[in-house]
Amino acid sequence: MKNYLAQPASSTDTSTIMATDIYYILLALFMAAAAGLVGSFALMRKMTLASDAISHIALPGLGLAILYGINPFLGGATTLLLGVVIIWKVEKLSGINADAVIGVIFAIALAIGSLLTPEEAIVEALFGGMEKLAAQEFIVGFLAATLVIVFIIKMRHSLVLSLVSRDLAKTTGINADRLNFYFLVVFAITIILGLRYLGVLLMGSLIIIPAAAARNLAQNLSTMLVYSSVIACVSISAGLIGVSAALPIGPITIGAAGFFFFLTLFLKKVLPSK
Amino acid sequence: MEDEKLEKALSVTNLAIFFGSEVILSNLNFEINQGESLAIIGPNGSGKTILAKALVGTLPYTGEVYWAPGTTIGYVPQKLDIERNIPLSLMDFLRSRNDGFVRADAAKIKECLKLVRLPEELLKKPVGQLSGGQFQRALIAFALIGEPKVFIFDEPTAGIDLPGEEEIYATIHRLQGEKKFTVILISHDLSLVYRYADKVLCLNRESICFGEPEEALSQENLEKLFGSTRQFYRHVHDHGN
Repeated sequence: MKNYLAQPASSTDTSTIMATDIYYILLALFMAAAAGLVGSFALMRKMTLASDAISHIALPGLGLAILYGINPFLGGATTLLLGVVIIWKVEKLSGINADAVIGVIFAIALAIGSLLTPEEAIVEALFGGMEKLAAQEFIVGFLAATLVIVFIIKMRHSLVLSLVSRDLAKTTGINADRLNFYFLVVFAITIILGLRYLGVLLMGSLIIIPAAAARNLAQNLSTMLVYSSVIACVSISAGLIGVSAALPIGPITIGAAGFFFFLTLFLKKVLPSK
Repeated sequence: MEDEKLEKALSVTNLAIFFGSEVILSNLNFEINQGESLAIIGPNGSGKTILAKALVGTLPYTGEVYWAPGTTIGYVPQKLDIERNIPLSLMDFLRSRNDGFVRADAAKIKECLKLVRLPEELLKKPVGQLSGGQFQRALIAFALIGEPKVFIFDEPTAGIDLPGEEEIYATIHRLQGEKKFTVILISHDLSLVYRYADKVLCLNRESICFGEPEEALSQENLEKLFGSTRQFYRHVHDHGN
């Protein structure tokens, strides 16, 4: 597949990593693990639809960055973080349901983004499948994925408490507003990490579907987090294997995740529940 | 004069709470000493929960709320709606004050569970599958883990059947005897006040009465509070003595 979204400079660079390289695969797995962890909390916080929508906010940034020859992920990250700040603020100030806010912002973002993004780049922007990775992108991506994973593991108890009851969380000294903001930022970082592989339309699904599959079987937080990450990693592995057979990574990955969702749904019915 | 010797646990001066321009509560003044029980009563919509939230610091207010230095608060909120299939066990909930990199103090969690008379086997059970009474006890256990000096209970038995309700109040009362903490109990049930409270604050958007139950709950104040005569509560009280 031709690589429209890669920067001109990095595509000729000798330090470019290809889809079959271990680094490309390693970053994919780290990204998927992060997506599984973030997704577990997104699901418990009832952000299922919001998760899908938030990822679309990256599109105008991607489009603008391609137009001006900047690294597209930098552009995507900028609009995504801006979107997250707007969502957080509006939710906090107006008390409107966040879903409504996200719905409006995402529709506008998708409209503007599809106008801005050059036609030849739009398929990759929407569905992913960029198969080149500059060495410095790998390092930044690797650090960002590690940051997301460490954040979720460290803050998992506070995240639990603030979703059980914000008031209760506040009485134990948790700043629920700040925690909510950090979570949205971590969420946005995870989306950015996954855009290369899955694109704007499909990345939200890698956050939600493995978590939804995990919830079919999990009885507690640890199993939820582990199942969700493992299912996300196995799904992206299926996508990576697909690449070597010249299949598109995004649809194969999400297809695999969907398969696990129905499989766990079936197992839930079959397995005796305690 | 003797009161002066007792240490104040809480002193509230000119407290008012607004939602936008709407006055929710105004002109509240009351205080309690350490180890005492204060009951806050009033009809539905009188602002009791709002007051509790202001006291624990989750709602903005004007006026002064003074807690004795070093006060730690254990807050037991009104019935929480927990999704039935949320993948969180009781253990996950009880250790949720912890940092993710700190091991949970299992011995302490089990001790607090014992104090509220919940069996250890429940620790593995998803919180969404606990009964209303069990979850309410779990909330009390959660507060106990924080070793609070002050407990604030917001209608701890809402949505629980009568025997369950009696048991919860008995638990609170027993724990107060053992741990000597200060209790603030929000309720709309007057009979509890006579049984458990040293002081009572009657609330209906403003303070209608404050003091010891026998004096504060005059027929006149009760009529002002609930808008009708409540003879039968006196009746309950007389039998109680």
